[in-house]
Amino acid sequence: MGELRLEQVTVRFGSRATGLTAVDQVDLVVPPGQVVGLVGESGSGKSTLARAVVGLTPLTAGRVLLDGRPLRNGLPAGRRHVRQRPLHMVFQDPYSSLDPRMTAGESVTEAIPRGVRRAVRRAETERLLELVGLPAGSAHAYPAQLSGGQRQRVALARALAGKPEVIIADEITSALDVSTQGTVLNLVRDIQRRMRLSMLFISHNLAIVRYVSDIIAVMRRGRIVECGPADDVLTNPRHQYTGELLAAVPRPGGPL
Amino acid sequence: MAANPTDARPAPGHQMASRWAAVLRTPLGAAAAALLALVLLLAILAPVLWTRRANAIDVGASLEGPSSAHWLGTNTLGQDVFYQVLVATRLSVQLALAATAIGVATGLILGAAPLVLGARAGRVVTAVVNLAVAFPPLLLALFFAVIFGVGEVGALLAMGFATAPTFARLTRTLVARIAGLDYIAAARLAGVGRIRLLTRHVLPNIGEPLIVNATTAAGTALLSFAGLSFLGLGVQPPDYDWGLLLANGLDAIYTRPAAAVAPAAAVVLAGSAFNLFGEALALSLGVPEVPAAAGARGRGRRRRNDVARTAGPERVRGDDPGRADQPDDREVLLVEDLWVSFPDGSTPVRGVSFALGRGESVGVVGESGSGKTLTALAVARLLEEPARVRARRLRLAGQDLLAAASRAQRHFLGTSAGMVFQDPMTAFNPVKRVGRQLAEVAAEHQGMRQRQAMARAVQRLREVRIPAPERRARQFPHELSGGMRQRAMIGMAVMGSPALIIADEPTTALDIIAQRQVLRLLKSIQAEGDAALLFISHDITVVGQVCDRVLVMYAGRIVENLPTAELLSHARHPYTQALLAAVPSMATDRTRPLAVVPGRPADPARLPAGCAFAPRCPLADTRCASLDPPLTADGEGRQVACWHADRVAADPVLAVNRDG
Repeated sequence: MGELRLEQVTVRFGSRATGLTAVDQVDLVVPPGQVVGLVGESGSGKSTLARAVVGLTPLTAGRVLLDGRPLRNGLPAGRRHVRQRPLHMVFQDPYSSLDPRMTAGESVTEAIPRGVRRAVRRAETERLLELVGLPAGSAHAYPAQLSGGQRQRVALARALAGKPEVIIADEITSALDVSTQGTVLNLVRDIQRRMRLSMLFISHNLAIVRYVSDIIAVMRRGRIVECGPADDVLTNPRHQYTGELLAAVPRPGGPL
Repeated sequence: MAANPTDARPAPGHQMASRWAAVLRTPLGAAAAALLALVLLLAILAPVLWTRRANAIDVGASLEGPSSAHWLGTNTLGQDVFYQVLVATRLSVQLALAATAIGVATGLILGAAPLVLGARAGRVVTAVVNLAVAFPPLLLALFFAVIFGVGEVGALLAMGFATAPTFARLTRTLVARIAGLDYIAAARLAGVGRIRLLTRHVLPNIGEPLIVNATTAAGTALLSFAGLSFLGLGVQPPDYDWGLLLANGLDAIYTRPAAAVAPAAAVVLAGSAFNLFGEALALSLGVPEVPAAAGARGRGRRRRNDVARTAGPERVRGDDPGRADQPDDREVLLVEDLWVSFPDGSTPVRGVSFALGRGESVGVVGESGSGKTLTALAVARLLEEPARVRARRLRLAGQDLLAAASRAQRHFLGTSAGMVFQDPMTAFNPVKRVGRQLAEVAAEHQGMRQRQAMARAVQRLREVRIPAPERRARQFPHELSGGMRQRAMIGMAVMGSPALIIADEPTTALDIIAQRQVLRLLKSIQAEGDAALLFISHDITVVGQVCDRVLVMYAGRIVENLPTAELLSHARHPYTQALLAAVPSMATDRTRPLAVVPGRPADPARLPAGCAFAPRCPLADTRCASLDPPLTADGEGRQVACWHADRVAADPVLAVNRDG
């Protein structure tokens, strides 16, 4: 299972009069085991929505449900002190999302739920690092010793450590070189399929969203303006803004 | 898969140790450390060695002046002042350190409280701290001294609590910066508790500035303590510290000055030892680590368009400068055999040559660490020591850039080349209005009057399609959106109508809609001014859209040079093919894994013997591993450096990797 459902999710910053509504009554469903690509330009509210879903930013209104059960601050309601979180997130910038003073292994181990023996935790860390394609010995490397792509792999391993049902991936390749981007996208897609994870995949680039997603949702100024199966949205965009996004994807050899 | 990650860069722990050691290598650091060591040594040894002599009462010899028996004379009880000053070192230093420890500990608790207690209780603590910071520490110390009563302990607590607010504020600021970072958010999501969050993630990352400040604070505490004792609020007889000795000696300053001057000198010396050491630490540790040449994109880049203190390029030997041929009128930039090296032996740019004419645009493409940005910075003379720039010829708009740097040359560069950086937020001064920053360029390089320069700035902002430019010119950089800031940055680059525009990853931080707008703008501005454009990007598709010609760089060399129109049809280097295949487009096959460039970019400090790309190349053979292929022209305006160029030309798919 792992159906993520957003109902009328609203996030407002500042006061009612002068504040900014970053996310405006968003309804969105991530079906179990599927990838929903959320696309839009900078400032459209994508990242705020992601942070609100996992509980890093408080909701002003609306509900987030996992398999029909409402979540509070990213946790099943009434279970405030559980260590296991059903949602986890991979952040945009692999340079700020890993503690520079902790090794890759420590970062991953920390996210493994408590109450497991040390040896088991260590073995699990090794397994996860191997799962994301990091060479043996990476567990002892500090982030400064890893490339951007490798750091993002560690971040993914950490997200998987808590055995989440849903993963939110927020612009996970936009800080990476084009050459590294491909390896991370391949890995994410591969792991998502193998583990049947539900995923909300956020990017401003439709070419990337298209490659990963089953469903595409287009966000603009805090609202979802179009949502549907990936092929429909790409071939028959109904909203003009989707068309603009499509046109903006750089084409090799194409005009500007 | 990727190479072993632990191969190149040292671990942070190791880095830390070497950075602390670096403090001792500076003259200031070495002197301060020696002085501090002397003070601490004295604090430990003096009481052991000389307490008896310092405390020996000899009423017959009271109030004597300096003599061979008593170098600094004696006090009312006939005790030797010289030995008393030495022995007092321990108490004075001990009290100063203890007070600092109390201050730092209390400050840490107060400063970290908001993180642990949550938002509401945290706000109350912060408000109290803010209030306390407003009072001068010495005033607070006096206030507490009265509350805690006269004496050592009272003064200690007073000094400790008086320094606490400053540390609380410092801690709060540092914690707030760290708490906003994603790794804290990630740890929260992983269910890490608040206390562990603090001890495991926050404190280790704020330790450095705290230690630096604590060292300086110890010096200040030493001075303040001497003051309290001097006023009679601190150490009480029969104990004595420097402040008390000073107070005793001061009564007879005109008859026996040595008894007052000596403890005063001790206070100054010890206080300076702490302060100087703190300063030396701040100087060495406060400076961000020098970014590796192969560092992350956009990280640790130079902040301002400041041409001062640049690494002057040298002419490669064996060349006769007098022989330099005359440039034709279309030539804007000529780069011949450009090398950039660092003292550690790495050469991130190795023999790059290219030329740019008026109205031409050339794109330099490659991964992080390929040397593309260093090439651009070297051309703009923006590389600082310790980078070393060499070239056979480097000419901009007919001027030889290899000539010694002068005011005139800086002026010339300021008007002939405009630079657009990846992150406009670091290129703009955050506390100056956008318009004024643009106007400064005109005032500085074209000698325009204030009003004229401002009018020009507004005009440029209009040209880069910023709506309501008069209003925007009065705004601060943070008030503009990312795309608008980047357009303003382009406006700034073209303030002086430069012959050459250098754009270093100008759209990497933007979303694709803003990217397209900025690229179109850059193209049209270039076309209007008939300027040359040097465009740096890691995205070969973007380069293909913007430029006439593309230079593909790998490990500091140009490995392929061809017109962008022929990129899809005639690219012959496996690296070029791999870069092309790596960009997902709307036509990418979704059922297959994306093409990737396997492995990691070559380390400029440890280049392999043969072709630098060979370890990542699916076509590499023994020749590639031993012989570096030269950049060869094919007679049709294309150049490539690959032994297997013909095989790639015949079947590009050969050169592309896909991983699971």
